[in-house]
Amino acid sequence: MTVHDVAKQLNLTCCVDADGQRTVEGGYVGDLLSWVIGKAGAGHAWITIMSNPNVAAVAMLADTSMIILAESVEPDDTLLAKAQQHGLNLYTASEGAFELAWRLHELLG
Amino acid sequence: MDKLHLHYEVEGNDFVAAGEAAGQMKRTLRQLGIDFEIIRRCSICMYEGEINMVAHAEGGSADVIIAKDKVTIVLEDTGPGITDMELAMQEGYSTATQDVRELGFGAGMGLPNMKKYADTLAVESTPGVGTKVTMEINIPA
Repeated sequence: MTVHDVAKQLNLTCCVDADGQRTVEGGYVGDLLSWVIGKAGAGHAWITIMSNPNVAAVAMLADTSMIILAESVEPDDTLLAKAQQHGLNLYTASEGAFELAWRLHELLG
Repeated sequence: MDKLHLHYEVEGNDFVAAGEAAGQMKRTLRQLGIDFEIIRRCSICMYEGEINMVAHAEGGSADVIIAKDKVTIVLEDTGPGITDMELAMQEGYSTATQDVRELGFGAGMGLPNMKKYADTLAVESTPGVGTKVTMEINIPA
């Protein structure tokens, strides 16, 4: 399932559409950045409520397929700029991390 | 292939720029056509090292030596050093300040992540003098 498919099915709001055809290979939920970079897998959709610029660095280096900011958290301007600069898919959602992870799991099977 | 040497200076306390060196290294490794999983492991090791220097040591230097069979990352700072190495290597132990924790760091996973993703990790640290971290990530033939 592609980033665009997941975004549509989960009714996400797009902030940066860098590579919608990238395959989403799983998911990871977390806000502690060192934890996330060490445990999120390449290609995972990363669900978080963190919205500072370091989120872009972690997503780029851990090679996650998309960032989903939960609970209507908005990216700060620097995060937005860095996501565009590094070609990262960045979305927001009104639901919480639990609901998003549950629905993502159902989608990915 | 001759060895390729990359050098970066990392600014202390600049969390917005943190990760720039790791990002530049990643782009170079990609241009060299190195395997994605090897690049990911190098990136994680480099980023954790960068964050440690930004958060704890008022910056430092990072050197990356890319050879045919391995990537070597050397991080050096003149910060306060690590007083208890055994504790520092434990998952969950951190001396990060509250400000740093609010940014999402200070989970106590820095050195454990480096150990997990590097093939070799050597930490030389003298309290009051500084710390040198050397990591090697092998590139399978």
